[in-house]
Amino acid sequence: MAELRMREALRDAMAEEMRRDEGVFVMGEDVAVFQGAFKVTEGLLDEFGERRVRDTPISENTIVGTGVGAAMGGLRPVVELMTVNFSLLALDQIVNHAAAIPYMFNGQAKVPMVIRMPGGGGHQLGPTHSHSFEALYLQVPGLLVACPSTPADGKALLKAAIRDDNPVIFIEHESLYGVKGEVPESEDEVLRFGEAAVRREGGDVTIVGVLKMAQVAEQAAAKLTEDHGVEAEVIDPRTLRPLDLDTILESVRKTNRAVIVEEGWPHGGVGANLATLITEQAFDHLDAPVQRVTGADVHMPYSKRLEQAAIPHEEHVVKAALATLEGAI
Amino acid sequence: MADLPDATTCYELLARMSLIRRFEEEAGRQYQRAKAGGFLHLAIGEEATIVGTTSVMRDEDFLIGSYRTHGHAIARGTEPQRVMAELFGRVDGTSGGRGGSMHIFDVEKRFMGGYGIVGGNLPLAAGLGLASQYKGEDAVTVCMFGDGASNTGNFGETMNLAALWKLPVLFLVENNLYGMGTAVERHSAQTDLSKKAEGYGIPGTRADGMDVVAVRENVAEGIRAAREEDRPTLLEVVTYRYRGHSAADPEVYREREEVEEWREKDPIETFARRCVEAGVLGEREVQQARDAAEAAASAAVEFAEASPEPPLDTMYENLYALTDPGGWYAVDERSPEPHRGEHEGQMPDAARELAEAGAAYAEQADEGQRPNPALQGDAQDGAESRISADREAGDEAEDLG
Repeated sequence: MAELRMREALRDAMAEEMRRDEGVFVMGEDVAVFQGAFKVTEGLLDEFGERRVRDTPISENTIVGTGVGAAMGGLRPVVELMTVNFSLLALDQIVNHAAAIPYMFNGQAKVPMVIRMPGGGGHQLGPTHSHSFEALYLQVPGLLVACPSTPADGKALLKAAIRDDNPVIFIEHESLYGVKGEVPESEDEVLRFGEAAVRREGGDVTIVGVLKMAQVAEQAAAKLTEDHGVEAEVIDPRTLRPLDLDTILESVRKTNRAVIVEEGWPHGGVGANLATLITEQAFDHLDAPVQRVTGADVHMPYSKRLEQAAIPHEEHVVKAALATLEGAI
Repeated sequence: MADLPDATTCYELLARMSLIRRFEEEAGRQYQRAKAGGFLHLAIGEEATIVGTTSVMRDEDFLIGSYRTHGHAIARGTEPQRVMAELFGRVDGTSGGRGGSMHIFDVEKRFMGGYGIVGGNLPLAAGLGLASQYKGEDAVTVCMFGDGASNTGNFGETMNLAALWKLPVLFLVENNLYGMGTAVERHSAQTDLSKKAEGYGIPGTRADGMDVVAVRENVAEGIRAAREEDRPTLLEVVTYRYRGHSAADPEVYREREEVEEWREKDPIETFARRCVEAGVLGEREVQQARDAAEAAASAAVEFAEASPEPPLDTMYENLYALTDPGGWYAVDERSPEPHRGEHEGQMPDAARELAEAGAAYAEQADEGQRPNPALQGDAQDGAESRISADREAGDEAEDLG
């Protein structure tokens, strides 16, 4: 094991896969000379050169589309979009092309590419630089969606994403880049998509946390034990498509209660979707309505005070968990 | 005027253009019979542009096009019957009935697709070019798109990237003078489209798209620049479509006289006449090309009619590629039980029941007159039947021609 920051773990994943497969290359805005807006591609240009680490113009739709074409031509592009916010400029290539091509041409073409994009709030970047679009991409058939919360998962999932033959939306959280964690040193550590992690076991309430909110959920669980004697089970789905619904349902059948925590908007969110699935498939096991904890239904305000007010915190999760237990404790 | 190629090539050009013409006419007729659905974009009038281009491409080269590409696939060598089967939405179609008219694809012929989003294929072409360059392969990508696509953001973005990275791509704008129903002088500030990439350092030329020999020469030069000098170029080929933008187009934006004027320059008739006058081909061979086209178009319809509808349990196939070692891919959340099929094509019972219930509605579709999808819900005002009548008249005129 080595202790690495998330950004280093992701960088190592790309470097290892580039060493392993000549067809893997990295492209995006400022990924080469500048070494990435968040320094995730640090050192790659030095090791692999300009052919395989390519700075692009600021042309998101064409960056992604060029990646799609290159993937159809037999390469394995790892495309970095500087932030998820800018991925909106590439939605046509992501939805109408990357996701649709394998299906609409009946398997004659594959699109083995990874589109990495960091997002999330908390840095006072305001309305256009703080989005959480897990739900947006989750909706599109043909895409795989990864949202790792630890350096070990980040590395193992990114390696899996690069080896996968499908287009993968790989969502990173800007606040997690500096977070350290133990990462296995083996280059063969690849995580299968669709395997949730149970971060903490407990019998009273199930808390599902997505991306950074997996960590917030863990903090809330600690507080629930300490202050309320409540044992929460914390699940990090790690990938939203495919979703390891079995692990979540198994937990809900044990705890009879569920809280879903995400940073994105409430309408049509990951939580809305998951709450429906739980209700449809484990209704008889529920002792309380499923609770959602989400970001506020606004464009992220700049003011630090307002921004923090719009983001879910530990306190919100504790409250939601207790709400499912009302009358039971 | 450029010299005619040898007799064999001339016959091949004429035969291919005639085949596309007859195929498209037949497709239009099948659309009226409601055998083909959705929108149908015909390239009648644009045959020289298509065939002139593909005739100077190598097998290893990639061609990528827009949503008007039945002819492009056929010109690349895709069997017409498989294109027709795709229009019919049948299993033997080029995409097994998943894509339809706007999404023809044939990987074996390196026809890398028709695309329904205007300008969406431009970055893909850059990517295909990048793949060839990256792998050190000789293949060139020819990217064909309409005059309307030259106004999309993708055009500027892709020209810049292709020039910057010296990608082996020939960008070919098929200027048929209208972006749907908007004339080029009403949609593009620069009406000489060949100049639109100059600012990116991509030189442009303009060619007569009604002259198959001129198209060949210009495309050959663009391919040469891409192959030998890793230099992208822009070629504007000025052509004309006799039919509407799609079969649902009432054509209020142009005069019939204009269409007639362009018909005088018909790429097939003028080429046939020239070949005969030059003594390269005889009348008999011209007739032979026509007959062969007629036979192939009829056979295509027969084949498409006989091809089965796609089985419902294939509905989820190829939504995901299976990777080894495989992940698993949830299929459809409408299923009440969680399922983690190792094969993504597995269709759970609940999904199958939903599909069967839905598919039953397809049986209710009317045979005969096709409702105009652009006017869905407006049936009461009679617009549909009026346009259909116009189309029928157009069909008859075509038959006489």
